[in-house]
Amino acid sequence: MAKITKEEVIEVAHLARLAITDEEAEHFAEQLEAITNAMELLNELDTEGVEPTTHVLPVVNVLREDKASPGLPIEQVMKNVREQEAGHVKVPTILD
Amino acid sequence: MKFVDKTSAELQELIHNKEATIADITKETFERIHALEPHVDAFLALNEDEATRQASEMDEVPFGERGPLFGLPIGVKDNIVTEGLETTCSSRILEGFNPIYNATVVEKLRAAGMIIVGKLNMDEFAMGSSNENSYYKNTKNPWNLETVPGGSSGGSAAAVAAGEVPFSLGSDTGGSIRQPAAFCGVVGMKPTYGRISRFGLVAYASSLDQIGPITRTVEDNARLLEAICGHDERDSTSANIEVPNFAAALTGDVEGLRIGVPKEYFAEGVGESSIKAVKEALKVLEGKGAIVEEISLPHSKYALSAYYILASSEASSNLSRFDGIRYGYRTEKAGNLLDFYMNTRSEGFGDEVKRRIMLGTYALSSGYYDAYYKKAQKVRTLIKKDFDDAFAQYDVIIGPTTPTPAFKIGEKVDEPLTMYANDILTIPVNLAGVPAISVPCGFDNGLPLGLQIIGSYFDEETVYRVAHAYEQATDFHKKTPQIQEGAAQ
Repeated sequence: MAKITKEEVIEVAHLARLAITDEEAEHFAEQLEAITNAMELLNELDTEGVEPTTHVLPVVNVLREDKASPGLPIEQVMKNVREQEAGHVKVPTILD
Repeated sequence: MKFVDKTSAELQELIHNKEATIADITKETFERIHALEPHVDAFLALNEDEATRQASEMDEVPFGERGPLFGLPIGVKDNIVTEGLETTCSSRILEGFNPIYNATVVEKLRAAGMIIVGKLNMDEFAMGSSNENSYYKNTKNPWNLETVPGGSSGGSAAAVAAGEVPFSLGSDTGGSIRQPAAFCGVVGMKPTYGRISRFGLVAYASSLDQIGPITRTVEDNARLLEAICGHDERDSTSANIEVPNFAAALTGDVEGLRIGVPKEYFAEGVGESSIKAVKEALKVLEGKGAIVEEISLPHSKYALSAYYILASSEASSNLSRFDGIRYGYRTEKAGNLLDFYMNTRSEGFGDEVKRRIMLGTYALSSGYYDAYYKKAQKVRTLIKKDFDDAFAQYDVIIGPTTPTPAFKIGEKVDEPLTMYANDILTIPVNLAGVPAISVPCGFDNGLPLGLQIIGSYFDEETVYRVAHAYEQATDFHKKTPQIQEGAAQ
């Protein structure tokens, strides 16, 4: 049985770009441990030599003609941007 | 209320006989929605002005140019993008998001002349089985307002069950159309993976997600599916295969049809009322000449674990796009860019979404990839093979849709494993990619139960044929909930 520690949850949350408090990390650690333990049921199956399935349909490399087509107009694309200036998206300072 | 509970064919007949106009039907639809919403809470956004305008325009279109769904109202699950109509996926992170294009299915609804009346509540990003994971509201089950409508397409199923709309669209990644359809006593179809374009469906787990119709009757379901499926070059996983006339498959004939009944679908954890209702349904089909035999889908019990690993892994990647930069919620607590991302996402996502993102991130992280993700993909192969083997001998597979009827609101919140167990009978179908429908097959203490009919790849026609033959031999689909507290009737 895998043990998931609070520290591991904080590490995973950081990788997933989620800010969490110590208290939340403890709660999630308990829940994620219970979930991953339940998932270890899969270990009782021998899957030696079984090919993994990523996709159920036999489609591979669907290609289209390499032809340019117009995209959406810029005013429309910017419609949902909360902070913008002169047609640019504003973000916070990247470097401290 | 003249139009509620009518099928599309009945509504078209009223229109053709000039006993009703599209404007009349649209008006009554909104009246009913306004009367029932305080109890049911199925809708997140209404499209009343636009729908009313469209309706009067459509009344001018000559009858000869109208199809079977022309002018009829439909509700759309809130993870399907609708241009100019707020689309939130029931998440705070998409609060105020106004899509700048339509999903392919929405374009197809418009081409069929359907009128979109509003957007329907769901579990946040389609993660959940009760609609309690919506940031905005709890939708109630019209059969008992203290119970959940199921999920994640709970709003879509509840709105149809309550008679607010005759049609809705949902999406199904692990049972999210069939489970709420069963809980609300309506017909819900998850078509074959690839049957319907996913362009404009906000992705949860891309290798499993599929849009599908929810309706009162099997015939209406078949008509709506025909209108929305077909190849789309904007979704490279959409199948380039001909669209059948599904309604033509509803012959009522199941003579000699081979039905496999997997013993694993009647195992521990599946309630007595579900088992009893399904056994009675099988007798009905046997009485109409079908051959019923017990079969085994030996890897069924592994489906739930494989699903949560695969779906969460795909979700952790798909949901990385929500960063507060170009659209959606933006934190006020920005420091540097990293803080901005982390605060936006932790304030914008609810707990279940965070759990699955973290589970997926964990399963994909180095050191665990082979043990979880790759192992689950191999188990998926075994589950798919179970179905391939069964369909070599049987036309359809039948079992219950859910282990139990709808449960009380609040009963399973914050107990993820108990909540996940709701989907043990629907998840294998998504992993294999085959089509399956849930149709009403009985009641337990006034709460509906669902019969699940599973078909082989791209054989929705046989699924519909069996569902329709069963429906016509029973009258569960004619029962409607009496919504309490002075609701309009």
